[in-house]
Order: sequence, then C-alpha cells, then structure tokens
Amino acid sequence: MDLASAKVIGAGLAAIGVGLAALGVGNVFGSFLSSAVRNPSAADSQQGRLFIGFAAAELLGLIAFVVAILILFVVKG
Amino acid sequence: MSQFSVNPVVGADWTLFGHNIAFTNSAAFMLVILGVLWVFMLGGMKRQLVPGRWQAAVETMTDFVANMIEANIGPKGKKFTPYVFSLFMFILCANLIGLFPLAVIPGLHAFTVTSHITVTGVLAIMSFSIVLIVGFWKHGLHFFSLFVPHGTPFILIPLIFLIELVSFLVRPFSLGLRLFVAMTAGHILLDVFASFVIQGLNSGGAIGPVVSLLSFVMIVGVSALEILVAAIQAYVFALLTSLYLNDAINLH
Repeated sequence: MDLASAKVIGAGLAAIGVGLAALGVGNVFGSFLSSAVRNPSAADSQQGRLFIGFAAAELLGLIAFVVAILILFVVKG
Repeated sequence: MSQFSVNPVVGADWTLFGHNIAFTNSAAFMLVILGVLWVFMLGGMKRQLVPGRWQAAVETMTDFVANMIEANIGPKGKKFTPYVFSLFMFILCANLIGLFPLAVIPGLHAFTVTSHITVTGVLAIMSFSIVLIVGFWKHGLHFFSLFVPHGTPFILIPLIFLIELVSFLVRPFSLGLRLFVAMTAGHILLDVFASFVIQGLNSGGAIGPVVSLLSFVMIVGVSALEILVAAIQAYVFALLTSLYLNDAINLH
C-alpha cells in the first residue's frame, strides 16, 4: 500500500471519532432531557452544566476532525 | 474552500519591519462586526424606564451575560462582565455575519473571522492571560493550590499536580480550537453540499436533479443548524471563560 492511500484510510479512521463524539453529545442532551422532564423546576439552573458537558464531549469530536484534516492536507509524503 | 482565503483589499504592498500589513478581507469584516456592535449598542443605550424594542434587545443580551457571570463567579466577578460581554457579542456577531448570504451581491463574499485559528487563538490567549494575571495578582504563589484539590492524599500530590497542570495549560488551545473547528467544519459542510447541487445539475443524468434537490434541502437544514451552532459556540466560549475566571478568582 502506498503512502497516499494510507493517508486517505488514516483520515477516514480519524473521522470515526467525530461519530463517537455524536454519541457523547447525544448522551449529554438525552440525559439532561430525561431528568429535566422529571423535574422541570430544576432544569433551568443546570443549563450551564449542560453546556459544559456539551463542550467537553464536542471538543473531542472536533479534535478528531482536526486530526483528519492534518493527515489529509498537512502531512507530507 | 475559497471562503477561507484571506485576500488583501487595499495596500497589498504595505510593509512594516519586513512584514506585509495589507488591509485584508478579514480585517474588513472585523471592522464590519465592530460597526454592527456599535450601532446595536448605541441604539439600545437609552436608559428609558420602559424600554422600547431595541433597548429591550440590548438589555436581554447584557442581562444574559451578567446572569451567567453572577451564577458562575459570584459577586466578585462583576468587574469582568464587560470583557465577557464584548467577547460574547464579538464572537456571536462574527459567526452570524459569516453565515450571511452576502454572495448574492456580485463581488461580495462573506468571510467568517472566527474560522481562522489566528483570530480565535488570540481571543483564547486573551482570556487565558486575564486568568493568569488575575490569579497571580490576587493570590500570588498561592495560585498554585489550584492544581492540588482539597483532600488529595499526600502520596498522590505529585501525580495530581501534573495532571491538573496539563489540564490547565491545555485550556487556551481547547478554547481557541473549539470555536475555530466548529466554524470551519460547518462552512466546509455547506460547501460540500453546495458543490453537490451544482454537480448534480451539471451531470446531465436523470438522477442528477434529484441529488441536487435533496442536497439543497440539506443546505437549508444545515444552515439552520449552523445558526444554532454559531450561538452555542459564542455561549460556550463566554461560559468557559467565566468558569476559568472563577478558578482564578475563587480558587476552587
């Protein structure tokens, strides 16, 4: 296998991480929603924590995207 | 990917100490953002007892940021409200103006300032420097106790210190990278679907127009999502900045 095709395969593997981050973000909002429906009066006060969790989960997916872009366009070979 | 290219508008040959300092489209759009913010704030700072529509809009934004600071830092954080508010409004305006369909006017292209890591990186470095300066100013070397949480067993202190130090030092990178990548990824997604529309129409086959139509519907949906992401990313940046400021001011 030559380097060019290895790069494309590597970028594709890195893109799996973006899908995994989707699981994480969905889990954050899903858990929030399921508890917010049970106790709506407490939901508004937890919005900050919701977005902190969202930001942490999303960041890892974005890093996977950056890795894919780096492999495709920056790595020489 | 031409929507990400930085081109000189005027002064392509201006130099300062051997560096090119041309007035680019990035700088032009930052000026546009400044103008929009200025008009928005000036129109709303009337201080009427019963606010009109515009004043209510401005007060909603300021109250939003003030409440966020109050909830995350407490009364000591009140003096940082102007900084966090400027940050929030600048990023929000930059993200939304970047999504504006200016290209319907020939010769104009919308440019998303926040889709460049040079801009978001500087914003992140600004936030991080303020955290460092405030932390060392208020607490001196005691600021390092941020890296050793209360009740850490003695044996674990070196390890926990190292982990907390790394997680502290990586903050400016994660802060800048998140905004930059979220904006870039959204615009690339729109770019890809837009190219599907054009290629589908040019293909000449029977299935081409169907692909074009579906892609166009996707563009509408993704644009709506991007407006949401633009607001969320501005909020997350301001929220994380206020959380990091909370660490520096209140030390856990």
